[in-house]
Formats: sequence, structure tokens, C-alpha cells
Amino acid sequence: MAKTKEVLVSPIFANNPIALQVLGICSALAVTSSMTVAMVMSIALTVVCAFSNLFVALIRNHIPSSIRIIVQMTIIASLVIVVDQLLKAFAYEISKQLSVFVGLIITNCIVMGRAEAFAMKNPPMPSFIDGIGNGLGYSVILLAVGFLRELFGAGSLFGVEILTKVTEGGWYYTNGMMLLPPSAFFIIGGLIWAIRAKYPDQEEAPEFKIAPNARASEA
Amino acid sequence: MSSSNESIKKTLVVALSLCVVCSIVVSGAAVSLRSMQQANAEEERKRNILVAAGVYDASESIADQFGQFETRVVDLDNGQYVDWSAEQVAAWDMYKEAGNPENSVALSKEEDIASIRRQAKYATVYLYDGDKDGTADRLVLPVQGYGLWSTLYGFMALENDINTVAGLTFYSHAETPGLGGEVDNPAWKAQWNGKNVYRDGEVALRLVKGGATPGDQYGVDGLAGATLTGRGVTNLVQFWLGENGFQPYLNNLKEGKI
Repeated sequence: MAKTKEVLVSPIFANNPIALQVLGICSALAVTSSMTVAMVMSIALTVVCAFSNLFVALIRNHIPSSIRIIVQMTIIASLVIVVDQLLKAFAYEISKQLSVFVGLIITNCIVMGRAEAFAMKNPPMPSFIDGIGNGLGYSVILLAVGFLRELFGAGSLFGVEILTKVTEGGWYYTNGMMLLPPSAFFIIGGLIWAIRAKYPDQEEAPEFKIAPNARASEA
Repeated sequence: MSSSNESIKKTLVVALSLCVVCSIVVSGAAVSLRSMQQANAEEERKRNILVAAGVYDASESIADQFGQFETRVVDLDNGQYVDWSAEQVAAWDMYKEAGNPENSVALSKEEDIASIRRQAKYATVYLYDGDKDGTADRLVLPVQGYGLWSTLYGFMALENDINTVAGLTFYSHAETPGLGGEVDNPAWKAQWNGKNVYRDGEVALRLVKGGATPGDQYGVDGLAGATLTGRGVTNLVQFWLGENGFQPYLNNLKEGKI
């Protein structure tokens, strides 16, 4: 039981797929300009990650290693198409906003990374929980970035106005930079710094040391 | 166990059965959800008619608001309304019928500036009479044309002088998000409102690369990084408002013949 909790909780902060493994950055830049979209993307990715782990783990003893990546891709792609179809049927507006990014869950490294690293070696239930855990880890970062970007970029959260904008007679000058993809880079960088300050063992050993400046006379 | 997994037979069996299972799941989802998706797409189309006409109110139901519009079918050849029953009018799908040789015409290369190849003989138009005085205040016309990657489908609304643009929207396209996809940008779409279409009987409305000069009544700013999508938009506007599109019908309206 303790192990189950560990599998579920550790990817959220201690072993976060975005902050520690730096996977899945592309969609974290693209879909975090509003909380609603970030939330739907998080749910979609968590569902796909959990079920792809489950199905890969179910058939893991029968997957020939020569085609294992293709088998994983096929399972992931099928799940993503089903999620996309469900969104089109039940959340049409949001599926239009997410446009290509739902399809791009297929190429999200987190999903395939967990299938290859965890589900190929573990039984179905722990794999399923590992998928949920990693999905939640992704969601935490996505929602944190979405929160900061939407609040300071558009003055609202989930589309509800929090800070009254100057253009509507208020006092808040919106920060247009926050709505552009580079701001997500800065925020994710800040989050990685914060998480590593809390868990110093996540810091990698430097690969090389920068030599002290050469003296002018030697140049 | 693991060594037998690597045999060619096992590999083929696993690959084939996985493909069969996955394709059943995917096609099952697609088929069972299709009717809901089509209902959503239809609602989105109607919402775009309302948005193009500039009368959309998000707090009210789309079906109710759409009920204020009168749907008519126009014979593109002579620009007259066809004499059909309400059911026939409602059932007419001009984009579907464009693939039916009986109800459509092939366009020659010179005519086909919007790259749509075939065009239905009859087109559906929507008339909005807000003040209920018997004459339409806004006229919503369907437009369609090829951009860079995809066919754009949208609506253009005209004021009752049959020359001033009241709005333009696209409800379906697959242009590059952030570049050509900016045809959905509300700030860009707002530029169309109040522009004029015809100068001396020719369609003069177009996108201007690098930005229209202020006061240009016929020019709309081009989209940065989307030259080909922009060209597609200009072409589809010029085609559908031109003589192979709605111009005969619009002339009839102007001259009060219908």
C-alpha cells in the first residue's frame, strides 16, 4: 500500500515529469494561456497516460521487443483518437480551442516515456496508478503556469474577470507577454528552480567546470 | 517465454491482433459519437451565421436566435429565388450537392479562382429582418475557398445597401494555428466591418499585403506570415461576390427585381 501511494504521489512534486525529467514541454507552452484549456488538456493527458500504461502493462509479457515502440504508439494513438472524438461530441468549443494539441498528446514524451519505462516492467494496477500520478504531475505544472499566465496576461481565471483591465475602466494593465509562449518558458524555469530549492538532490552534478578567466597577458 | 516472443510468427500475431482491436475501438468511437458531433458542427455553423450578421447573443439559445432568420435558396445562374417548399430549402446542402453532377457545375480554370472545382447550382442565403418591416436588414452569404492547407468555410454578411460588409467569419478550416489560423482572430475580423465590396460593378474588396492604407474602403490588412491563406481569403471573397457567385442575385436585389 505504501508503495502504491509512493507511485501515485512522487511524480507530482519529487519526480515531476516536466520539472525533473523536462518532458512534455511543447504542450505546456502551447495550451497554458487560459486555465480552462489547460485543465481540459491535463484531464485528457492524465486519462491517456493512465490507460495507455494499463493496456501496455496488460500485454507486456506478449510484446515482442522488436516492435514494442510501435505497439505502444498504436495503443496511445488509439486512445488519443477516442479522447478527441469524445471532446468533439461533448466539449465542442474546447476541442476547437485545443485544435491540434489533442492529437499531439500522441507525441507527448511523458505518455510514451511512462509506457516504456514503467508499464513494460510492472503489473497493470501499479502501471495505471503510475499513469495517473504522472498525469497529475503534468497537470500541476500546467495549471500553475496557466494560473499565472491567465491572471497576469488577461486579468481573469477560467474566463472570470479577477483584475479589472484598463481597457474596461479598471486599473490593471495586462501583460501581453504573459499570453505569448515565451512566458511559459520563464514560468516553468522558475518552477524548476523552486522545486530544486526544496529538493536539492534533484540538482545534477555539473558536467564540466568553467575555467577561471585567462589573463590578458596570455591572450 | 521471452524467447518465443521474438519469433516472426508471434510478432505478426501480436501486431495483427493489436491493429484489429485498436481499429475496432477507434471506429466504434467514431461511429457512435458521429450524430452528436454533427449536431455540434451544425450548431457551430448556425452560430457563425449569427456572428457574421452581428446579432449573436451568447446568453440566448442559438436555435431561437436563428429562428429570426429567413432561409432562402438562390439559383446562382439567374440570381432568382427558387420556388421550393420549406422542407426542400432546409434539406439543401450546397457543399454536399457540389459533388453531385446533376445539381452542380464544373468550373473552368479561369473561373475557379477560389479553387473549389465544382459549385452547386443553388446556394442557401440567410436574411435577417430585425425590425420586422418586411425588408431584410442583413444578408448572410456562404463563402468557401481554398487557403493554404484546407478549404475555408465561412459566412459573409452584407448590410441592406448590398455593398457594405457587416461581418465575416469562418467556421471550419485547418490553416496553421497562429499564422493562417488568425482568420479567426476577432480583431482582424472586425476590420472587415464597414468595408465596401463593389467599385464600378467589380469586386474590389481584397486583403492588402503589408497593411491597407488608412481610409482604403476596399482593403483589409493581410495576415503576417500567412500570405497564401490571405490570398485564399481574397480569392474566395472575390469569387463568391463575383459573377459566378452571388453578383447576379445581389444585382437583382439592388434593382428591386426580387
